[in-house]
Amino acid sequence: MSGFAAVRLPDARWHPAEVAFWVALAAAPFVFPGHLVLGSQVLITGLFALSLDLILGYAGIVSLGHAAMFGAGAYTAGLLARHGWGEPLSGLAAAAVAGAAIAWATSFIAVRGGDLTRLMVTLGIGLMLYEAANQAARVTGGVDGLSDMAVRDLLGVFPFDLAGRTAYVYSFAVLFAVFLVCRRIVRSPFGLSLRGIRDGARRMPALGSPVRRRLIAIYSVSGAIAGIAGALLAQTTQFVGLEVLGFARSADLLVMLVLGGAGWLYGGLIGAALFMVAQNQLSSMNPVYWQFWLGLLLVAMVFVARGGVVGAIGLARERILGRAAR
Amino acid sequence: MNLVNATAAVIAGAALLFAAPARAEGTIKVGLVAEFSGPFAGYGKQIQNGIKAYMKQHGDTVAGKKVELVLKDTTGPSPEIAKRLAQDLITHDKVDFIAGFGLTPNALAVAPLATQAKTPMIIMNAASSVITTKSPYIARFSMTLPQVTEPIALWSAKNAIKKVFTIVSDYAPGIDAETAFLKAFSSHGGQVVGSVRVPLRNPDFAPFVQRAKDAKPDAVFIFVPAGEQGIAFVKAFTERGLQKAGIKLIGPGDVVDDDVLEAMGDATIGIITTHHYSAAHDSKENAAFRKAYAEANGEGTRPNFMAVAGYDGMAAIYQVVKSLDGKMDADRAMQVIKGLRLESPRGTIYIDPETRDIVQSVYVRRVERLQGGLYNVEFDKFPNVKDPGKTAP
Amino acid sequence: MFTSLPGVLFDGVAYGSLLFLMSIGLSVTMGLMRFINLAHGAFAMLGGYVCVVGMARLGVPFLATLPLAFLAAAAAGAVLERALYRRLYRRGPLDQVLFSLGLTLMSVAGATYVWGSGQQPMHLPGFLLGQVRVLGVDLGIYRLFLVALVATITAALVLLVRRTRFGARLRASVDDAQASAGLGIDVTRVFSVTFALGSGLAGLGGALAIDVLGLDPTFPLKYLVYFLLVVVVGGAGSIAGTLAASLLLGLFDVSGKYYVPAAGAFVIYALMVVLLLLFPGGLRRGAR
Repeated sequence: MSGFAAVRLPDARWHPAEVAFWVALAAAPFVFPGHLVLGSQVLITGLFALSLDLILGYAGIVSLGHAAMFGAGAYTAGLLARHGWGEPLSGLAAAAVAGAAIAWATSFIAVRGGDLTRLMVTLGIGLMLYEAANQAARVTGGVDGLSDMAVRDLLGVFPFDLAGRTAYVYSFAVLFAVFLVCRRIVRSPFGLSLRGIRDGARRMPALGSPVRRRLIAIYSVSGAIAGIAGALLAQTTQFVGLEVLGFARSADLLVMLVLGGAGWLYGGLIGAALFMVAQNQLSSMNPVYWQFWLGLLLVAMVFVARGGVVGAIGLARERILGRAAR
Repeated sequence: MNLVNATAAVIAGAALLFAAPARAEGTIKVGLVAEFSGPFAGYGKQIQNGIKAYMKQHGDTVAGKKVELVLKDTTGPSPEIAKRLAQDLITHDKVDFIAGFGLTPNALAVAPLATQAKTPMIIMNAASSVITTKSPYIARFSMTLPQVTEPIALWSAKNAIKKVFTIVSDYAPGIDAETAFLKAFSSHGGQVVGSVRVPLRNPDFAPFVQRAKDAKPDAVFIFVPAGEQGIAFVKAFTERGLQKAGIKLIGPGDVVDDDVLEAMGDATIGIITTHHYSAAHDSKENAAFRKAYAEANGEGTRPNFMAVAGYDGMAAIYQVVKSLDGKMDADRAMQVIKGLRLESPRGTIYIDPETRDIVQSVYVRRVERLQGGLYNVEFDKFPNVKDPGKTAP
Repeated sequence: MFTSLPGVLFDGVAYGSLLFLMSIGLSVTMGLMRFINLAHGAFAMLGGYVCVVGMARLGVPFLATLPLAFLAAAAAGAVLERALYRRLYRRGPLDQVLFSLGLTLMSVAGATYVWGSGQQPMHLPGFLLGQVRVLGVDLGIYRLFLVALVATITAALVLLVRRTRFGARLRASVDDAQASAGLGIDVTRVFSVTFALGSGLAGLGGALAIDVLGLDPTFPLKYLVYFLLVVVVGGAGSIAGTLAASLLLGLFDVSGKYYVPAAGAFVIYALMVVLLLLFPGGLRRGAR
């Protein structure tokens, strides 16, 4: 790119609303001390949704099997803690590697093929891993789940308390750190090229952009983040159930991301918050109502948003927040 | 959806969450964690109905305090949901007891919480031996699979059944049952000619039953979680002609659970099982229980072994509160429970002080058509059976 | 071990035929409208519940409920296609996934609300129960009935597609909808009728499946994977491909459970990933 005028990348400054958002999240332990368990679950799911946003919102890959990476991370952290290595942060790192590895290994099939094949492959891989974990019950605990995890104190100082305070702060810190990284990625030339791929993959090679390599790279990064989210869940709840690999988790995640809006990083966080709080309330009243209204909401969203759900939300956002929305 | 609105929405949404409930001084709160929806919905319902029967008979006040039940639905074998619900109950509702647990995976996930929070945990169904070893605050009022399986192995070995093919569900209680049967049956001269484990969720019995048939055993030993799976299994068993081929069906009583026995129909007549409770048990306490149960839950409703466990578990809770005069303390509560002896509708039960697990009589029964419908009629018994899953080396 | 092989193969074929009946509608609509319809299982479930309600509440004999199941599901399909699906044909895959997922959730919740979450009890008529000995192998009478019925329907479908005017229009629209419209074929009508027919067949399959697979409100989600698997592996829009994929899947599933019970469903998903790697366009299009 030498010889040309510097390319203007999207605004790296922080919009005041963004700052307010993070401050609000950080203040939660003081404002709502009784709901920190749900709070950390929301943060963890938000992180997971963030990872999906990278591939769906920015690279256009629709995946129904993202739980595979999440579950891989959860079991990695869980097994480490179960077999003597209870240090949380290194467990997190190991989980990131596990998630990235699974993503990388499956990316070759996931990035080629048409939309339907891709959907099926991601779905199939998720289900395969679920079954594998189910069968390897001696290692994973199968349906009974993996317990007896001895997670040591965070940084050697903070034990994981029953009220969930340590868990919340831990999840928040990890989420914020990863978010900063993602923000950097999407505003870089690499991130821009991803959007180019999403919007018109055929044209990108003409620009000299290596499409497959980029997709494999972002898919692996996304897998690493999903793995971290899984490990967070395992460490904060000291338990890993088979459901971390389940289809329901992948499907719910997709819904959450779309609710909040894919393609702007905050969509996953907001979608996760709305979805989980609403589910917590409505499910306890009557699980049938929750399912029905959620279904209706999805159908309505698709019809109301002309030009596609992602497009419509993006349009509204842009109008209100200006360039910062990207 | 702009960011400012979104943040406001998140905060408002969080504020909508219930404010911390007032902790009334004069109440004893019991958190009931069980399955109330999904494929195992009958479990939570029966446990709750048993509790209702007890409270109908004995009122809802003890030692001057009102007993309040807080229900939480795990929706099925979902240990992470169970754990979250239990955590909510402990930190948010501040319960004095956590009870229920229709399924082992859910109980296993909650066990560490009982220790961490020092809250007595009363198991009213989950049947894997290992559960009570997971926390010193756990006591079980239901049964364990080895406890109710060993008797059928012994009975079969004495009654001309030489070769058995075992089919169990692939989770802790199923594996417990398979191991216990194998050990007891082979040590009494029997031979297990084949074993399969079916998945816990959505099992498809046809190929497994076919495999059992092809092995030509004298009997098929079956353990699946009580309820719908039992219905599906017996259907496959008769459809494939195993009954016609003279192959018997044996196992712990879960497959002919009182809750669904009537719906299973005459295909079940003659099936011999061993279990700790049959609704047809002939005793004064059972007659009173059945009466209270019908009053609390509707004419013609029938309790099953889960309802009895709910009933007895509640009896224990009342006993604890009475002995401590309403002043709840977890360690002293466990002291009361250890060694507790109750006259249950099933017979006499006793909580072993060393293991905090239940010691009870296990009956051998056969399905027969009585005047009121299909019932498991007891014709033999093994008294005071401890859980062999623990006593065995 | 091999003495049991014919019995296992037969079971696999029976299971595969059932899958075929339920999936063929999905295959054709995916091939025709290029629409990812995750809600297809809901039509099968509807057929199942019509059968149960017909038998239990209205006293209709089992065989008579089958055409009712077909018609109810076909009608539902026709109405939904015209009202909702039609407007989404040009949308991207994400929108289609979300829409059909939403529809599925609503159907599952609706069924739970009306009929409860338990398995629906169903008793087949006596003449369909039991087994019959054919060439030394015990074959289930109901499964024989299934295979015979599906074979007949398949033959009828093939005739429909190859020998009728409608079939010609259908094949033309699958190959190139735009060109067909240009030739004066009422493509919209072809879409509607096909969707209704496919949904109806799914409903019929759902009713027939009750005895083999059971029926509860989570049916659409439980078996969704199998339907999608069959369609993707067999190649959307191809009857022969879907049939081959269904039979293959049925055989592998049943034999896997019989010979290697410890492997469970893993076999199927592994098979799917392998097949997708070898035949990305589906069995129909052959290896790349």
